[in-house]
Parts: sequence; C-alpha cells; structure tokens
Amino acid sequence: MKHLRSINRKAGRIERHMVAKDAEAAEDVVALQQGPPPPAAPHIPLGCTLVFSPGWEADRSGGTAGLCTPVERDLFDCHEGCYWPAQVPDQLNHAQNWTAKCASAQKDWRNIDLVFP
Amino acid sequence: MTPIDPLVGQAVPPVSRLQAGRMAQPLLRGKEFHPFQTSGKQFVYLVPSAAVFELDAAASAILARLAEASLTREELVNGLSARFPASELRETLTELLRVQAIGEETQARIPVPKKTLPIGPPVGAAPGMPIPLTTMVLNVTNQCNLSCTYCYEYGEDKIVDTENGKKAKFMSEETARESVDFMLRESGPNRKAHLTFFGGETLMNLPVLKFAIPYARERAAEMGKEVDFSLTTNATLLRPDVIEFLAENRVGVTISIDGPQEVQDQFRVFHNGTGSYEMVAPKIRELLARHRSRPIGARVTLTSENLDVRKIFRHLRGEIGFWEVGFAPVTTAPNRKYAIAEQGFDTMLEQFQALAAEFLEYALENRHHGFSNVRDTLEEIHKGVSKAYPCGAGLGLMGVSTDGDVALCHRFAGSDAHKLGTVRDGIDRLVQIGFLEKHHIDDKTDCSQCWARPLCSGGCYHEAHTRYGDTAHANLHYCEWIRGWTDTCLKVYAELSVKNPRYLEQFDEEGENEASQVN
Repeated sequence: MKHLRSINRKAGRIERHMVAKDAEAAEDVVALQQGPPPPAAPHIPLGCTLVFSPGWEADRSGGTAGLCTPVERDLFDCHEGCYWPAQVPDQLNHAQNWTAKCASAQKDWRNIDLVFP
Repeated sequence: MTPIDPLVGQAVPPVSRLQAGRMAQPLLRGKEFHPFQTSGKQFVYLVPSAAVFELDAAASAILARLAEASLTREELVNGLSARFPASELRETLTELLRVQAIGEETQARIPVPKKTLPIGPPVGAAPGMPIPLTTMVLNVTNQCNLSCTYCYEYGEDKIVDTENGKKAKFMSEETARESVDFMLRESGPNRKAHLTFFGGETLMNLPVLKFAIPYARERAAEMGKEVDFSLTTNATLLRPDVIEFLAENRVGVTISIDGPQEVQDQFRVFHNGTGSYEMVAPKIRELLARHRSRPIGARVTLTSENLDVRKIFRHLRGEIGFWEVGFAPVTTAPNRKYAIAEQGFDTMLEQFQALAAEFLEYALENRHHGFSNVRDTLEEIHKGVSKAYPCGAGLGLMGVSTDGDVALCHRFAGSDAHKLGTVRDGIDRLVQIGFLEKHHIDDKTDCSQCWARPLCSGGCYHEAHTRYGDTAHANLHYCEWIRGWTDTCLKVYAELSVKNPRYLEQFDEEGENEASQVN
C-alpha cells in the first residue's frame, strides 16, 4: 500500500492478507492453463428441495421421470418468479384463467392444464 | 452471498464492484473509525478490526470529504483533483475501500456471525475442546483485617454475605488441593498456568498458600507444566518471614494502597477507624528491598475524594519505590458519597493524560516510567485486540470461593447467581455457554455505535452488576472517560510508532501480563 502505512500488528496482518489476495487474483489470470482439478462438489440429492421452488433438474438417470416432484411445477415458478424464461400461456389475452384452479401451487399444481391456442 | 472476511471482520465487497465504471456509481461513505492526529501526522483506528493506519495527505483529504457527505468516486476525484493527481486519488480510494475505512452507501452492515466460545476449538486445542483456563484466582479467605469503606466485598455494595452466610471463612487445604487439580486439568494444552491468591486479606490464610504453592509446583511438573504465582494484599501482614517466603517462591505481589498517608487513611482503615498507612508503609519498603525476583506493583482505588492521580503516583512510584502503579475508579452504586460522578471522570482523565504525557517522554528515551494503565492499553493497541468480551472472566479466567465454588471471577466468588461449577465437579458448560451467549458485544446495543468497543467491550461485569444490577449492561457511566482514555493511548502509541518504534517491540512477546494485577 502506498497511501496507508500499517502501524500496529493488526494493520500489518490486514496488509499481508491483501497482498496474498492480490497474488491469488494475479495467479487466476495467468493460470488459464489447466490448473488443479476443481474440488468435489457436495452430494445433493437431485429433485429434492426444501422450499417450494422445484428445479428443472434431471433425475439420477438424466431424465425427468424420477424426480420427486413433477417438472410441471416449474412452470409456475418460472412465470411468477420471473427468473428463468419459460413458455407459459399468455395470461393477459388468451388464458386469463390458466391458474384459476390453482390457489395453492403446493396442493393444486395438477390443475394447471395445457392450453391450446 | 457476500463472503465475510475473517480478518477485517466485515463483509468484503466483491472486487469488481470496487472498479469504477462498471455500473451506476455507488455513493461512498466513511465506515466506522476513529481519526486522530499526533506528531503532525494523521492516523485512523478502524472499528471493529482495531487496525491502526497512518494516512497520507490524499487519504486524509478523502476521509475528511466523506465525513461531510457521501460521494461517488468521480465526485471525490473531481473535488480533490486540484490538490492531488487523479490516478493517485483512485489508488488511495481502492486502498481505503480494501481496509474497510470506507464503503459503499448501499452496502448494509453485515454482522459478523457471533462466535460464542467455548463451542469452537481454541487455537492449538483439539477440536471440540473448551477454551483452556489460563488464570485461576483463589479466594483463600473472605476475612479481612481492614475495613475499607468502599470495599466491594464487605461494603454497602457487596454481593455475597461474607459475615453471616454459609460460606467458609477460610479455604481448607483440601479445597486448595482440589482447586489446583482443577486448574491444571482445565489448563488444557497450555504449558503455563497462573495461580493468583486473593481475599479478603490473602495473607490471613498463609498456611493454605504455604501448602498450595509447593503442591501446585509438584503437580504441574508431573504434567510437564509450570505455574506462575501471584497475590494481592493490603500489606498489613508482611512480616519478614512472609516476605522471605514470597521472594523465595517468586510470588508476584500487588499491593492495594491508595497513596500518601492523608489519602490512604481516608478509606483504608482498620475496624476501629484508624488509618493503615503508618503500619503498611515500612512493611512495603521492606518488601521492595528484599523481594527482587518479581516486579512489585501498587493498585490504587480512586474515589470522588481522592482524584489527585499525579500526587499519588509520585508518592508510590517515586517515594516508596513501586515498580509500577495502576489506578482504577471505585466500583460502587452511583449514590455513594465516594462514587465518582461525571465531573470526577473528567478530572481523572485530565490527570491520566498528564501522566500519559510523562510516560511518553520516558518511553521516547527507553526509560521505565511505571504508569501501568497506559502500558496495558498500549499492549492491547499494539496487538490489535478486538474483544467480544470485556475480559477473560468465565473464559480463560475464573474465581474460586473458599468452599470451592467456581465463579466468573474473584469478584463474584461465592455468589450462587454467578456460579459456573465447582472445583470438584468441574464447569457446567451449559451455564458457561449461556453466560457467554448473553454477554457478547453484539448483544450490547448501547455499544454498537461506539468506536472504542474493540477495547472496552462494555466494561467490567462486576461494575455493571453493582451499578445497574445486570452483568450484561454496558457501563454507560464511564463511556466518555473510556473514549477519552483510548484516544490518549492511541496518540501515545502512534507517536511512539513514529519516533521510537523499537520501544513497541516489547509488546510482541505473548502476554505474560494477564494475571499481574487482580483487583
């Protein structure tokens, strides 16, 4: 550092910590070549979720048949939560009642039907 | 989620957000710090990291601007471009952001997850092991041959009924033996344990000292450990044979004394009301002449009627010859006559500042001064101590009552409400954890905006209990005094770092001082 001078030991530790972080960051850029293998990801059982925001994940076999909740549930989260593009019926013009029978998605997801234009 | 930086103790913004021009420019603001100047230079004490940095002109100018208003990077750079080159300002901004002296306006303060020891393993201990005990204070008796008006053990604010209660008046050899075993067991991986004897008047139970010291030494040697001994006494019972015993056994001695005769005799009196000065002064001189194996300190209680710190210091250090003198305001309910009121704290601060200035002069010439309050604070500043708890009570320090109950510290020894266990059955970890949960600095709302909290952490539990009836209460009656004193010590520290940095190297050694003054 050029504009701050470490005075006590704690300041010295912070400065060394910053230098080490810079060194790490610098290496990231240089090391676009193959680095060490990424650390093993934790095992998370697919298709299971603690909140009612089921994923569009695949089951163990790569399909959707073995998910513990059906893929249809995604539709609801997608068009409402709006964080993933999903093909949903146009609820403003053609299918205003698309979710009318689905007061609680957790219970009534089966009532969301397909819509044919 | 933004990662918490373990060192800075706060969430660190992702680096990309620090780079200008990526998005709409965020407003920058000064974070928590205490700015101060000395020797013509600018410094900051950062909170809560407790780091001290010297600032150059550009860094001070930026902090001064941000003290007036929150500004974007560009506004800051443009505003100061007449005085500093833009590239230099940008560089300085990055440095200030990285040490967390400044931050983005929108960035909420993310609390550091509260770590309540001893659930986590302390450094160097086996996982899951509780924090080791470093200091045990043994209340060998609750009897005293003096009857000091302000005494927290016998006076109007006492916690334990020392006269009519069920507590034993003297500790037995058996309890002392069990206490030593307890201490060595609880010291965990530490090689050294500190055993401090306390009272009442400690020397009224000399037989237990004569038993416990060789016993502790022997038991420790069997376990490959060492024990360091110290005691606090009023000096009335320092007979030549006692002095000999203390010197031979390298027992550190702290003498409770208030100053010259007229000061000492005001509160430190015998049961019949006569002052104790005439009796103790020659005994202390004899102790100082004979006991050279450990530095001997005086510990002064300041009251509303006794605030001439410099005069007391001159007498005890210069005329009597103590190696060091430490001062503490009396612990008392606010309505007592001798309680120090707000104005008294101001007087005390002025006196402390004058003595600190003298300390600095000595330190610049590498001479020993002996004002221990300043020395202790300098050591904490040097190490960058940032406390979750005001002291080691209930963590690395515990007090043992005459019948073997283990309490938070010696000041609570014998109090059932503050009991953590017994030397026979050990510590009740749930009680200990419950205590630590309740007393963490994050739960002291009063302290959350104070820049001095890394060092103060709310202050003494016993003081809080006496003033507010609650150990978890922050000691609000002396906040201004703590901030004033911390500021003074920061200036002394910074000036030494500029003019005589080698003086500060003595604080690099790991703390041996912890048990030196129990009061």
